[in-house]
Amino acid sequence: MLGNLFANYYEAVSVILFGIGFTTLLLHRNMIKKILGLNIMDTAIYLFLAAKGYIFGRKVPIVTGAVPEPEKYINPIPTGLVLTGIVVSVSVTAVMLSLTIRLYRRYHTLDIDEITRLVKEEM
Amino acid sequence: MDFVCNVPFFCIVLCLATGVVSSVLKPKVAKFLSVTLVSVCLIGSVCVLLYTVNTGESFTYMMGHFPAPWGNEIRAGVLEGVMATFFCTVMLLSLLGGEKYLKIDIEEPKQNLYFVLINLLLSSLLALIYTNDLFTAYVFVEINTIAAGGLIMIRSNGHSMLAATKYMIMSLLGSGLLLIGITLQYDLTGHLLMSNIQESISVLAANHEYTVPLTVIIGLMSVGIAIKSALFPFHAWLADAYGYSTASSSAMLSSLVSKAYIFLLIKIMYRVIGTDVFWDSKITNVFFVLGVAGMLFGSFSAIKEHDMRRMIAFSSVAQIGYIYMGLGFGTELGMVAAVFHILSHAATKSMLFVACRGLSEVSGDKKDFSDLKGSGFRNKMAGVAFSVGAFSMVGVPLFAGFISKLYLTSAALETMSVKMAVAVIVLAVSTILNALYFIRAVISIYTQRNEHYRDASFRPGKSFCVGMVCFIVMNFVLGLASYPIINAIEQGLQMFS
Repeated sequence: MLGNLFANYYEAVSVILFGIGFTTLLLHRNMIKKILGLNIMDTAIYLFLAAKGYIFGRKVPIVTGAVPEPEKYINPIPTGLVLTGIVVSVSVTAVMLSLTIRLYRRYHTLDIDEITRLVKEEM
Repeated sequence: MDFVCNVPFFCIVLCLATGVVSSVLKPKVAKFLSVTLVSVCLIGSVCVLLYTVNTGESFTYMMGHFPAPWGNEIRAGVLEGVMATFFCTVMLLSLLGGEKYLKIDIEEPKQNLYFVLINLLLSSLLALIYTNDLFTAYVFVEINTIAAGGLIMIRSNGHSMLAATKYMIMSLLGSGLLLIGITLQYDLTGHLLMSNIQESISVLAANHEYTVPLTVIIGLMSVGIAIKSALFPFHAWLADAYGYSTASSSAMLSSLVSKAYIFLLIKIMYRVIGTDVFWDSKITNVFFVLGVAGMLFGSFSAIKEHDMRRMIAFSSVAQIGYIYMGLGFGTELGMVAAVFHILSHAATKSMLFVACRGLSEVSGDKKDFSDLKGSGFRNKMAGVAFSVGAFSMVGVPLFAGFISKLYLTSAALETMSVKMAVAVIVLAVSTILNALYFIRAVISIYTQRNEHYRDASFRPGKSFCVGMVCFIVMNFVLGLASYPIINAIEQGLQMFS
């Protein structure tokens, strides 16, 4: 089984990165680190997806001049899906960052446990 | 192809365009545009529903001039028509009911942005209902998440912002898992259109190839959607998010957003993976156990609450447990019961949230039980609506909740296994627990005791009354005339795969 892991090292690394991003998003208290964890998690999924399109020995799917033969290029669909995913990731990062700015302006801290305590005291 | 077949596509694109335009309009114009848009989508959904019921089969709509698999597809049958009609109705009534509180809760320059979010939410709900492509579903799930997060955080007090943060974090975890599931299945099958995926997966399952990856795919997609729709261990964000947002937002979040994800899960069950493979993989047992646990823990947490809106929010956890228990039976009748409970919960919970806001308005904007004593007499419309909603949640006959409990029990009695005993016992216990906190709430609002808020001259607004009356009528329709709706759901589920 270890041989399989080494042969598919893109997928193995992406799962490890996903785990790192997932735990950072959940367990860190600093809001910026949570957002970084979110981005690491999403990027790991894009690595996984892009690795699915790669076919050993073939070229990037960009046509220059000659008539294209499909057997010479890698699968272009996963890269298209990655582009869509990147757009989604950028949007949610923007939303999370704007939330962080508002929270910081109001409570002057980036620590989410501290913010929870301050919000409870406000009541 | 008749003209009606264009309606789903028109509705989705119209909502997106209106959302973009509303960002530069004044609040009054944006609100009028939004309400008109939801009404137009409601009429369109009713047309689609009548068309599919008359023809007796679902139709597939090609986007652009490219056939599948090069082009995208929209598919509509009876079940999609029923869901779209209900979602548009609930959204319209939530907007009407909570309209006055929007002006109070949101600052003046931002009010038109609220309607931008409403339009985006409607477009993503309709797209999730009608889509036939898995990656389109993922994109609209993300649009749904962002719109819902915006609906929570547009009210700029500390609780709402913290609730929005927790909601976004949990939701994005769920989306990440769903995306890995989609990626893995693309690797196995090479398709993104749901019908093509189902053919490939049935071939793979018949030859017993790739059994472990298939189980992992089913597990990842299910857990991702379960996190987003607040199944039991993942429900931590729900009480804050529903309890601290404005009334229309709470109503729409609890009735529409979570249910759209559950509908996507049902779609994946029927059209991507196929019911045989899904029910064989035993993940339905996991749904059953977590649903049962959610029913009990949600009710226990609701009993401990003092804040009325958080109590109603915890009751949502219990109701989502009912739906997942229905999904967990793994039978046709279980699915019908789960879908009917989606509709009945949508109709009831939104009414409860808006009525609760109406009750607290005449109690100095407080939400504690002791402050809400006697508010049923001060705001009669809200009191009646709250009582109807409470009786429906408990499951009193004549109301919508009774029919869903009846069907869930019938589905439980059909499965001859240990699930039957567990389900029937937990349904009974959960009904008693629901009665404990809901009847306590109804008695509390009708106890004439509070001298602080003697404001006998309070008249609720026109749109609030219209919204509440329509909600009550819808509840009684679901409770008394449920037979045609159940028939439509059964017919829709049969043509669903």
